[in-house]
Amino acid sequence: MYKIGVIGDRESVLGFKAAGLLAFPCDTPEEARSTLKKIAKEDFAIIYITEQLYQYLGDEVEEYKDARLPAIIPIPGRDGSLGIGMESVKKAVERAVGADILFGGEE
Amino acid sequence: MERLNVNPTRMMLTTLKKRLATATRGHKLMKDKRDELMKGFLELARENKELRQKVEAQLAHVYDSFSIASAAMSQEMMEEALMYPKQGVELSVGSRNIMSVDVPVFDFRTTAADEADIYPYGFATTSGELDAAISELSSIFPTMLELAAREKEAAMLAAELEKTRRRVNALEYVKIPQLQMTIRYIMMKLDENERGNQTRLMKVKDMMLADAIEEKRAQDEASLERYAE
Repeated sequence: MYKIGVIGDRESVLGFKAAGLLAFPCDTPEEARSTLKKIAKEDFAIIYITEQLYQYLGDEVEEYKDARLPAIIPIPGRDGSLGIGMESVKKAVERAVGADILFGGEE
Repeated sequence: MERLNVNPTRMMLTTLKKRLATATRGHKLMKDKRDELMKGFLELARENKELRQKVEAQLAHVYDSFSIASAAMSQEMMEEALMYPKQGVELSVGSRNIMSVDVPVFDFRTTAADEADIYPYGFATTSGELDAAISELSSIFPTMLELAAREKEAAMLAAELEKTRRRVNALEYVKIPQLQMTIRYIMMKLDENERGNQTRLMKVKDMMLADAIEEKRAQDEASLERYAE
């Protein structure tokens, strides 16, 4: 059986715990990085990370991008969306097509 | 375009022709794969984008609810209330093969015995807002899972597409022209050799003819002389 983890600041992840996810409250990017490193080795299939922390973990996340598991998904934190999640969708499109064709007219 | 650095021999020509045939066939297959991947990917990316918008909006709402709940309760109370979750999620991961890309498929099951009884606390010390927030969060959870699956799938397809696209381009603009160029070079070289050979033969034949005529003439002269005596 696989597990689902959430990494984020204490207040953001609190609620996810109640929904049955494993929450890892981290207050600093360094803490988040070592937590991610640790749990990526275990059998986590999905790891949600709040964008507030995700933005500092770029290189770490990149390692798991092409692997099958775990899927690392940015979610907006308590302080609102930073648009990083959308950015990653956009990046995937750019990578695949060579040009951004989905978001063109909207910005 | 550089041609390959090979010896212009007939054997090399055969080898190169075979390689060209393989390259052309590979190019066609890769192109088909690329087109098919692209078709799937664009649909997926669009879906992915909509799903993400939805999840972000819903999550913002959930955070709002939690904010209200935490305003109504003290931080300690809330942490205590949520300390031991009643609800658990079991996730099984299958896999699906899209154009030889192995993407994970998530399937989840909640472990709480009763759907309505997911609150890990007694109702006496907590506020009603917390109940609302938690129920809201568990209701958007399937969407979040869907998002994770879609996003992973999109990322993996993107990687595969990039690879395939590069291969198609490398074959189309480098490998195939290079092979064609080299084949043409070898054929020209061989033709040139053939012509050189032909000329040489003709020259030799001329020389042999000239010799024969010379000999014949000498013979004739000799016999004429003998006759005159």
